Amino acid sequence: MSAPAPSMFSPDARATAERLGLSLGKPNLEAFAETLLELARHDRNIVAVTSDSRGSGKLVPFGQALPRQLIEVGIAEQNLVGISAGLAAAGKKSFAVSPACFLTARALEQIKNDVCYSDVRAVMVGISAGVSYGALGSTHHSLHDLAALRAIHNITVLAPADNFETREAVRAAAHAEHPVYLRFGKAPMYGLHGPDAEFKIGRAVTLRDGDDLAFIATGETVVHSVLAAAKLAEDGMNCRVLSMHTVKPLDVQAVIKAAKECRAVITVEEHSVHGGLGEACAAIILHAGLSPPFRIIGIPDEETVTGSQADIFRHYGMTMEGLAAAARDILRRAEVAV
Amino acid sequence: MTDHELRLKSIRYRRDVLRSIARAGAGHTGGSLSCVDILNVLYNRVLRVSPQTLEDPLRDRYVQSKGHSVEALYVVLADRGFFPAAQLETLCQYRSPFVGHPTRKVPGIEMNTGALGHGLPICVGMALAGKLDDAPYRVFTLLGDGELAEGSNWEAAMAAAHYKLDNLTAILDHNTLQITGHTRDVCCNEPVDEKFLSFGWAVRMVDGHDLAALTEVLQAPAEPGKPTCIIANTIKGRGVSFMENVAKWHHGVPSDAELELALAELEQAVGEQAEAQA
Repeated sequence: MSAPAPSMFSPDARATAERLGLSLGKPNLEAFAETLLELARHDRNIVAVTSDSRGSGKLVPFGQALPRQLIEVGIAEQNLVGISAGLAAAGKKSFAVSPACFLTARALEQIKNDVCYSDVRAVMVGISAGVSYGALGSTHHSLHDLAALRAIHNITVLAPADNFETREAVRAAAHAEHPVYLRFGKAPMYGLHGPDAEFKIGRAVTLRDGDDLAFIATGETVVHSVLAAAKLAEDGMNCRVLSMHTVKPLDVQAVIKAAKECRAVITVEEHSVHGGLGEACAAIILHAGLSPPFRIIGIPDEETVTGSQADIFRHYGMTMEGLAAAARDILRRAEVAV
Repeated sequence: MTDHELRLKSIRYRRDVLRSIARAGAGHTGGSLSCVDILNVLYNRVLRVSPQTLEDPLRDRYVQSKGHSVEALYVVLADRGFFPAAQLETLCQYRSPFVGHPTRKVPGIEMNTGALGHGLPICVGMALAGKLDDAPYRVFTLLGDGELAEGSNWEAAMAAAHYKLDNLTAILDHNTLQITGHTRDVCCNEPVDEKFLSFGWAVRMVDGHDLAALTEVLQAPAEPGKPTCIIANTIKGRGVSFMENVAKWHHGVPSDAELELALAELEQAVGEQAEAQA
């Protein structure tokens, strides 16, 4: 299932990352698995629950180190979530780990009722989210999960951008009193944060400041937004980049501030353009009485183009080049309108 | 508590179930009446849980997977002192915690249920936690027989046997009726005993209205290394002649006249019970 993924980054994007001093880290998936093992070594109440997904979840070392804390339920996602809820209700901190596409579709009712409605301290971990599985096709894509979970009460939705945010998100989830959904991909990610970085649930991180345009991005589209902002800076455009690692509850103040201070706003997500980060931001901006030039970039409501994750990102303009082009276009149109 | 006292309780529970449903104008009458005796024995003789031990990590757990029969559970919990019985008068009212399916807002209820096929997986998780902690508690769930069409039950049945959860008991309220009609006609799940046996469970059959037999089977030690399925043969609508074995009483609400008739029958049952005792 895991042929080496084509690089998500074009040679120009890699050169731009190098100029920014960004170094390529590991996949967020691996950062997750390592962090969970580290936490579980010190807390025997932490259990990982897998649906034949310990390999996909990089949890083989976890299972070897802490066999009593890894519970395998077989290929049965409904059972995965129900059992995780029961474990949590009986005092465990359970992490249900499964590909996001199956976890949040097949077991959505269990997430809604057993986890969120019953309010247990369980963490749903959607691995290889979005179009991470690329060429495996739409059965394996999760373009609905943010929308579905945004509409379910009592769950925090986290989509970390890089290894740092992933580690912090896992730690925060382990300490959370209420349900959490974590989603991330499996491609190696550039580190985007400096040594003094802070991670707080519900608080966007400003990775670059600027007032020509704001990229509000989540998950693994953030890095492409950072690279696009760097590219645009070469042409004198100062773009703000917000890593909106918490999709719910959304950092309302950061969104309003961006909409007030920047000439245009572009949201970016590895998700359907329906019901995800973009529409959440649009609602906040309209409710605040603002109407900046605004664009949602994600996967449109169509049969997703086939190809690798990198192909799909390129096709829908979610790479550095695509995002920079979208920014130039929206700003040009804004100028024409003036 | 003697069998006689327990039988009187069952009659009183049935009366309270009917009054609650009639007052609320909503509820699941037939299934509540079919599982009342099971809940009676569980809460009065088997479960090690009380209003004082609600937060005790070592308490026994009961999750009602057939959540629609919640009226029976509310009545039994009220009788056991988990909350004042008068609160039940708010059943299904605006802002009442007593909604038409179990929620943890009501003291004594472990999990929010109501969508079918959820209780057994949850109980597998609870029983697994008990094993991981070497805790002595037992975990019980009550399933409906129509509910067994939900595939998640069988995922959980497999996992329970795989993990040798002999601290888990699933009780099947085997009244053979569901909303549309006979379960065997809707989507046959028989022979249900053989299904659980083939999944690696210990299976016991019992008359689900025989309180002494229910006590024996629910108190019996588990077969080591196996989860237990108790198939309780019951009658939907049990205790009210015109409701027994009639599918429309699945969620039928008695009219004033029907309620009066039903209560009169139950009153007569009290008399018969007293005579039998004498």
